[in-house]
Amino acid sequence: MNSEIKQLYQDVILDHNRSPRNFRAMENADLKAEGYNPLCGDRYTIYLRMKGDVIEEACFKGSGCAISKASASVMTTVLKGVSRERAEELFEQFHKLVKGELHSNKDMDSLGRIAVFGGVSEFPARVKCASLAWHTMHAALEKQQEPISTE
Amino acid sequence: MHGSHIIAEPERAFDLESIRNDFPILRTLARGNPLVYLDNAATTQKPQVVIDVMDRYYRSENSNVHRGVHYLSEVATDKYEAARSTVRRFINARSEKEVIFVRGTTEGINLVAGSYGRKNLKSGDEILISAMEHHSNIVPWQLLCESVGAKLRVIPMNDRGELKLEECELLITERTKFVALVHVSNALGTINPVREIIAMAHRKNIPVLLDGAQAIPHMHVDVQELDCDFYVFSGHKVFGPTGIGVLYGKEALLNAMAPYQSGGDMIKSVTFEKTTFNDLPYKFEAGTPNIAGAIGLAAAVDYVESIGFDTISAYEHDLLKYATDALLSVKGVTIIGTAREKASVLSFVMDGVHPHDVGTIVDQEGVAIRTGHHCAQPVMERFGVPATARASLAFYNTREDVDALVNALFKVQEVFG
Repeated sequence: MNSEIKQLYQDVILDHNRSPRNFRAMENADLKAEGYNPLCGDRYTIYLRMKGDVIEEACFKGSGCAISKASASVMTTVLKGVSRERAEELFEQFHKLVKGELHSNKDMDSLGRIAVFGGVSEFPARVKCASLAWHTMHAALEKQQEPISTE
Repeated sequence: MHGSHIIAEPERAFDLESIRNDFPILRTLARGNPLVYLDNAATTQKPQVVIDVMDRYYRSENSNVHRGVHYLSEVATDKYEAARSTVRRFINARSEKEVIFVRGTTEGINLVAGSYGRKNLKSGDEILISAMEHHSNIVPWQLLCESVGAKLRVIPMNDRGELKLEECELLITERTKFVALVHVSNALGTINPVREIIAMAHRKNIPVLLDGAQAIPHMHVDVQELDCDFYVFSGHKVFGPTGIGVLYGKEALLNAMAPYQSGGDMIKSVTFEKTTFNDLPYKFEAGTPNIAGAIGLAAAVDYVESIGFDTISAYEHDLLKYATDALLSVKGVTIIGTAREKASVLSFVMDGVHPHDVGTIVDQEGVAIRTGHHCAQPVMERFGVPATARASLAFYNTREDVDALVNALFKVQEVFG
């Protein structure tokens, strides 16, 4: 196995793919959005329960590749208890991470659990897989009604 | 310089090593490994002769066609028209007038939908396609249906990925005004019984268009013998360049059709009051055409004919069988598309691993396959998969290429356990 593949498919990612967390639909979600990647057929719905400006609970349903599913799963775990503003900040940082645009250790440290997706930056074709759930979460926060797409 | 194109040599013995040497790109390293190119249904690689004629054209023959009186314009025009003759012979059209150069299969279908379709279809009419069409043979007809109020009907297929002929017969009614059918499926590899379907349609005087994008690199296509009314294919799927393709149409049909695009080269005379359109095939070739592309395509056709389709089919058939057995020997692999008549296309899924992850991991081993829905989402839906991995073989592929894919699939299993 070469090292790039090991970096991409880290144990944490494989584990979240096999047993995704918060993998369920949410009745009466305050916010929800559907994300679709027409090229690979990845499709997820992200559900958010809000308390004021804070995300009280996040969950998701759908199907797709290991990267997209693990990314959605990890995302729901880090969003819990996070303010809307912080969620948008994390989205931006995540995007930079998978595009290989985060360089300082300080930036990396603030990422916490999502840092595990750093290996994606070596695979430009997979950036859209990793970021689909985040784009969808962002759309939910913006209350976009149209399904969003990373194409 | 008419007749200057190379006449196809007699069929030569199949020398795999020498054929591979004709394709310089096959010596590429991909991520440090020898390239194993198994994405031929997406596009084929180009032999040196194609690269050379295009290079020579731009170095010493480039000019615009059908216009200048000068030396180079004459050379370019002769080469471009010789390319048309080569294609005519290749598909056995009756005349060069029936060979229209287009950008590719997609443009050819859009031309027929836009020109023939808009003129001849009306509200209540039906267009018949099949359940295994590429999006390019669905969407143009859908748009046509929307604009004229016609309906799209679909020939269903069985679990092997074969069209149900008895249902097809029932779907062809007095409302049916056009049939558009894929010759070989890009997602399943199925070779469709197009002669039977054309005969069914012709009994009711319904014209048939064949999408030949995936058939043309694998089998000898004789448009007169098929008796199809339109046949479309892309140059880049048959070892020629991108941006060039062919629409064949029966002359009487083409003559009765209005131009699809308008501009230079497709006219006889223009005044501000009236324009007289040019004759076939120029009526459908508005603007400066892809001259180098046409010349490259002709070189590709000559090259393929020098090997010969009997040789190609026999070799590919053997390789397909080897690859099918090899893939099925990998635990958890299911092949999607198991038609009895099949071209060398293998769509497959692996238990518990999304095709996209399969594609990324085998790519690290230098193996190029396609993953996704292959622009055939209705096919994916029919088989209940979001996507497949697809290995598509050409005559320059080897058993070692297949072995490399199988070994790469073992790496996928290592990662996903």
